Amino acid sequence: MAKTLFDKIWESHVVADLGEGWALLHIDRVLLHDLSGARALTEITDRGYRLARPDLVFATPDHAVSTLPGRTSETFAGGARTLANLRIKAKETGIRLFDLGQPGNGIVHVMAPELGIVLPGLTLVCGDSHTCTNGGVGALAFGIGASELSHVLATQTLMQRRPRNMRIRFEGTLRPGVTAKDMILAAIGRYGTAAGTGYAVEYAGSAVRALPLEARLTLCNLSIEMGAKMGMVAPDDVTFQYLAGRAFAPRGADWAAALAHWQSLPSDREAHFDHDHRLEAGEIAPQITWGTSPEQVIEVDAAVPQPHSANDRAALEYMGLEAGRPIAGTKVDWVFIGSCTNSRLSDLEAAAAMLGERRVAPGVTAWIVPGSETIKREAEAAGLHRRFLAAGFEWREPGCALCVAANGEAVPSGARCVSTSNRNFVGRQGTGARTHLASPAMAAAAALAGVITDVREFG
Amino acid sequence: MQAFTTLTGIAAPMPRANVDTDQIIPARFLKSIARTGFGKNLFANFRYRPDGTENPDFVLNQEPYRKAEVLIAYENFGCGSSREHAPWALTDFGIRCVIAPDFADIFHNNSFKNGLLPVKLPRAVCEQLIEDAKLGGNARVTVDLARQVVIRPSGEEIPFEVDPLRKHLLLNGLDDIGQTLEHVSAIDGYEAKQKSAQPWLGGNSL
Repeated sequence: MAKTLFDKIWESHVVADLGEGWALLHIDRVLLHDLSGARALTEITDRGYRLARPDLVFATPDHAVSTLPGRTSETFAGGARTLANLRIKAKETGIRLFDLGQPGNGIVHVMAPELGIVLPGLTLVCGDSHTCTNGGVGALAFGIGASELSHVLATQTLMQRRPRNMRIRFEGTLRPGVTAKDMILAAIGRYGTAAGTGYAVEYAGSAVRALPLEARLTLCNLSIEMGAKMGMVAPDDVTFQYLAGRAFAPRGADWAAALAHWQSLPSDREAHFDHDHRLEAGEIAPQITWGTSPEQVIEVDAAVPQPHSANDRAALEYMGLEAGRPIAGTKVDWVFIGSCTNSRLSDLEAAAAMLGERRVAPGVTAWIVPGSETIKREAEAAGLHRRFLAAGFEWREPGCALCVAANGEAVPSGARCVSTSNRNFVGRQGTGARTHLASPAMAAAAALAGVITDVREFG
Repeated sequence: MQAFTTLTGIAAPMPRANVDTDQIIPARFLKSIARTGFGKNLFANFRYRPDGTENPDFVLNQEPYRKAEVLIAYENFGCGSSREHAPWALTDFGIRCVIAPDFADIFHNNSFKNGLLPVKLPRAVCEQLIEDAKLGGNARVTVDLARQVVIRPSGEEIPFEVDPLRKHLLLNGLDDIGQTLEHVSAIDGYEAKQKSAQPWLGGNSL
């Protein structure tokens, strides 16, 4: 029977069929960050369990660490104890920890592909909803809560109910100025923030095949904002070239065997999808959110829509926007380029490409937060940091920073921020902060112009 | 884990869609490694004003909803972050059941692990239950998991669906790690087979 990419990975990981659509799934990789990791490792040992497979567990502090240049683990005092606990428990349990300042440290969903910890066809979990990012290499990767995380650490398995299959095909060619971020925001705007609930989503079509690997990670990152805890792209030569030579990717004879397996993973031609959507890539324009849910998104040259619900009215009020007015030209106070969505080298290059001889507009605070220590070093080796600094951006240390505002860094109440992150929720970037989600180029253009700006007209 | 059997209590109306877990408990409160004590920061950005005093307009600051045990909301409740602190904050406050048209996947899973029952009922029914809840302390709602019914203050019974496995675990407060470890030989067998078929997944490369 014809199978989807998802079916193949799911079925090859069933340890036991639990009936009623449930399976006990083997989990091949576990990622821990500072907020979920220390407490999970403590809980496991406190309850008298042992880690089943410490060799499959990898940790990195990212959420509650300062990104101030020259930071230490003490700079954000509120996270210092959590990180100290993570260090102690990592040592006790024998898992690998990529600590601050070391290559490999970074935002958990940036470092896992970067190190080749995530590979096509494997299962990966993390106590973080954006784990779906890792599906960009063709893995089955999903976010879980604390109890499920303890279950995985103790058993190397998870009880899961099998989701249904959804495919979103992007056919055609993206127009200039349009990115993977715009593709997924457009899909969320079209289908809604809960369309993927209960589904594993595969992104396919010629426009997805044409995306570099880092852009596929961005595409999959926002699956959870459409309700899907799993998003994936079938592995292909782009994937294999990206993974070859990475620290934890297979080598030698293992590489050849792995490659043969990976090439068998893409969905069969006749495979059945419970929902199969198609979007024309060439019709997608640069996107920007206007409200407090990622589905409240419009094209940058559109007007703020009229409210259709109590939620819409509350969002307009919170965002301080007026229906019917063009969103372009709205004054901006902050810009954040970073997060597991858009903090990779290609994202920073896209932002840098907007600079020209311009400077950050007066009154705008603009941050660049590279996604990992390695990205930071690569960007610095290429001189990107000097260009950003000369233009008036802040060049920070890697971490989640203003995406989740769990590290003492926050957008001030009432301030308007164009952000390359993934959530525009009420209070997400700080109490009272107003977030507009957009691509790195759109964010950079907003920083330089001081207002929300259409990248296509920003020459 | 705390079992959930049946509950009769005050229901708080929250007629909003997309109540995300950042609203339920903001990220700045996640640094404790305990599972308790999060109730005071439940809905903190709505419940408290910038000076830290209570916002009297917020439902959980009003009588009788300070003692609410059921919360009734609209679509996509619990979307966003996977933080299990969301069900911890709800249960620490005293809420043991959320009724909504649908729930985000990860929140839904997390709730069942913490004695918090998410009940899916159609939007029109949730609207009725919201109107019931607005009647306040004399309009208690009953949620009976064993019989799979919500009982309105009028006595009308509304059936709901629940996954049989989740129901069994929640009714009995079962620890699923203990259950899974009964499969230990199957897990070992799986790993041995994987090691020979796909050696790159563990061992050498790691």
